[in-house]
Amino acid sequence: MDDNVAVIGVGLGKVGELWEKSLRDLATESIWMAFEDSGVDKVDALYVGNMSSGPFVEQEHIGAMIADFAGLGSIPAVKVEAACGSGGAAFIEGYMAVKSGLYDYVLVTGVEKMTDVLPSRTTSILANASDRDYEAFHGVSFVALNALVMKRYMYEFNVKREELSIFPVISHKNAPFSKHAMYRKEITLETVMNSPIISDPLSLMDCAPICDGSASVILCAEKKAREFTDTPIIVSGVGIATDTLGVHDRKHITTLSAAVEASKKAYKMAGVTPKDIDIAEIHDAFSIMSALSIEDMGFAKKGEGTKMALEGQHYIGGDLPINLYGGLKARGHPVGATGVYQIGELVCSLRGDGRVDAERGLAENIGGSGATISVSVLERGD
Amino acid sequence: MDVPRHWREQIRRYRLVGSKCKDCEKLSFPYRNVCPKCRSRNCEDYQFIGRGKIISFTNTNSPPKEHKYNMPFAAALIELMEGPVITAQITDARAEELEIGMKVEMVTRKIMEYNEAGLLCYGYKFRPIVEYAHP
Amino acid sequence: MKPSKSVGIVGYGAYIPKYRIQSTEIARVWGNDPNLVPIREKSVPGADEDSVTIAIEIARNALMRAGINPKELSSVWVGTESKPYAVKPTSTIVAEAIAATPFVSAADWEFACKAGSETVQACIAYVGSGMAKYALGIGVDTAQGAPSDALEYTAAAGGAGYIIGSAKESLAVVEGSLSYVTDTPDFWRRQYEHYPKHGNRFTGEPSYFRHVISCSKALMEELGTKPDDYNYAVFHQPNRKFPLEVAKILGFSKEKVIDGLISPYIGNTYAGSALLGLAAVLDKAKEGDRIFCTSYGSGAGSDSFSLKVTDKLADRKVEAPSVKSYIERREEIDYARYARYRKKIRM
Repeated sequence: MDDNVAVIGVGLGKVGELWEKSLRDLATESIWMAFEDSGVDKVDALYVGNMSSGPFVEQEHIGAMIADFAGLGSIPAVKVEAACGSGGAAFIEGYMAVKSGLYDYVLVTGVEKMTDVLPSRTTSILANASDRDYEAFHGVSFVALNALVMKRYMYEFNVKREELSIFPVISHKNAPFSKHAMYRKEITLETVMNSPIISDPLSLMDCAPICDGSASVILCAEKKAREFTDTPIIVSGVGIATDTLGVHDRKHITTLSAAVEASKKAYKMAGVTPKDIDIAEIHDAFSIMSALSIEDMGFAKKGEGTKMALEGQHYIGGDLPINLYGGLKARGHPVGATGVYQIGELVCSLRGDGRVDAERGLAENIGGSGATISVSVLERGD
Repeated sequence: MDVPRHWREQIRRYRLVGSKCKDCEKLSFPYRNVCPKCRSRNCEDYQFIGRGKIISFTNTNSPPKEHKYNMPFAAALIELMEGPVITAQITDARAEELEIGMKVEMVTRKIMEYNEAGLLCYGYKFRPIVEYAHP
Repeated sequence: MKPSKSVGIVGYGAYIPKYRIQSTEIARVWGNDPNLVPIREKSVPGADEDSVTIAIEIARNALMRAGINPKELSSVWVGTESKPYAVKPTSTIVAEAIAATPFVSAADWEFACKAGSETVQACIAYVGSGMAKYALGIGVDTAQGAPSDALEYTAAAGGAGYIIGSAKESLAVVEGSLSYVTDTPDFWRRQYEHYPKHGNRFTGEPSYFRHVISCSKALMEELGTKPDDYNYAVFHQPNRKFPLEVAKILGFSKEKVIDGLISPYIGNTYAGSALLGLAAVLDKAKEGDRIFCTSYGSGAGSDSFSLKVTDKLADRKVEAPSVKSYIERREEIDYARYARYRKKIRM
């Protein structure tokens, strides 16, 4: 308990096409939700998870901007960027800041404002997460890149499209309960299978939506956390790793090596194995990523990432419930903010929201096509 | 129009020039300044032959704006015969005509242009092999 | 004309895009009589093809047959009337793509359909003078015909290129060549116009026929040869009729023309026309064969060449795709797709 880090406050802003809200509005709101939830109203440092504020809203320097407009004072504030893995990466930076003893209370805010530009521009900006000169330049959109991985996976392991498309259905199952989610309805496998193909074999419903959103969490030492609550949520293990930028340079096209590495590091630090994980927030930006994440974090053998999903084990009541607040597919994927949403939602589940009695959970956040992956293990501190 | 950025990539795009590590002989495409295998900085240009096989492909229904003029086209991961895997468009063939394992060869085609008055960017694409068929 | 050093063709390359539109389809759209179309079908470049990309493949094929180091080329000259940049040479892009740079001469040439043979003429001089060891000349076009105009039936895409070197390395030696030029405005395109204009029947007797006949006769006279001395005759082929007619007038039998007459199957590739016909002949020719070739370009002029095949052709010709393999590689498209690829739809 000596130097454990805990999460004491969570703010989960609404996700959607929030025309009325600017980037600074979104960040300020989730920050003050977190303050209210935590019982503190001051922090010593801010880490912002954001992928592309520059291209989306022509604003950089958002660490300072948010510290300014959210009334945080003259605290150190920086942006942490790892494409759609920015949130998870920012969270781990915040974790390290508290762990080092340099800061007592640290705020991690994920925020992304994607809807101010035309969809064609958004697609182009998202392609910045891939290899611009050797992937995007050739007309390979981000969806196409994931489709290439999916097709290879289906070929190598003899997996059918329907087996992967079960993941959006699973994420949506938890959507009605999730008040901040962009989509609040369940969907059927038929709906996913019948939705238009964006890049064969990925269909519209296999992909997370473009949206705006901001989530914030507040971290401090477990010792201090116990001044606020008897069951602080402890960050028991973190791991982050990188892989080659381009899919073409991966050792195996169908393995997320960064997930293998990051999860191993997190499990080791937490002193656990995959069997000890009760719930997980996984990065279901594309159906294929869900299957690969399950496999590469050690929950299933290679090629069998859809097995538990098809057996219903990922629903609440099963062996490993996932994406309890809708995941990227239903809650939404405001790219740089997603990783912080995952942490916040994990904390809510572990605190007990009446649906699942979980002691330990995991959040996995992927940047790009897998070039950055962070895994955080959180557990109830009782 | 990012002229210097495109100009700088010319020999890579026109001729499929990657790199070879002088110390461990590992071949890379795209080129590398630091060898991914042995971390040596002793890398030199290497000319790939341009033959390979498709290891995955996808038909893109909504490519980036500058590529809409060329629809429909398939994007693919191609394993060059020398080993490295490359991401490129398939040309002269639609997705329906492709299959994993198909042998392909490199050609130089127009990749994109910055509108009607802007720079034309040419580069590598791959097509099913054209037989020599001599009369 | 003969250079002081004997030269010949060291390598040749051809390329034709795979798409085809049938003349009957064009006739259908414009309500013309399908029985009166001038050729069967023509080639259409794909959306990602243009004179640059076609020239690059031609150059690569020529290099494969020549078997030389591209850095030994002293020139990369491209003759075309459909260059993507009005100002900025196609030739430098080709030169860079084949790794011939930087010690090379590069420029784009224009003389309507004889721009390609012009470059070959210049290559002969370049090598023949001793200035260059090898020189590459290419004729290529992605020609445009105005919608519903007669030329729309034949304006096609493709081309061929020739690497000239010393005679002893050649697969076909140049026995002599000649150029014949007058100011004859039978066909032109003003700078900002999208489509060319032509003089209809004026493009026949005073233009095509006068220059092809005069040039051919003059070269044979200079060399002291007759049509009977040749195994093959290749002429600029805007359609099927003209080359057969001019062959008859000059005294070449139909059999000698037929192997080099490919426009009925792929259309008129403009600056590539005569050169592609010549490549088709080289694909078939044998050691000792003599080939007579006359191009024609509106504006107007002709280049004539007399060639003799050596023992090197047999081994070299198989090193790259034949004209036949490109002709047989075809995918039929309709007028709508053709209009889209040829950018005839105003966006």
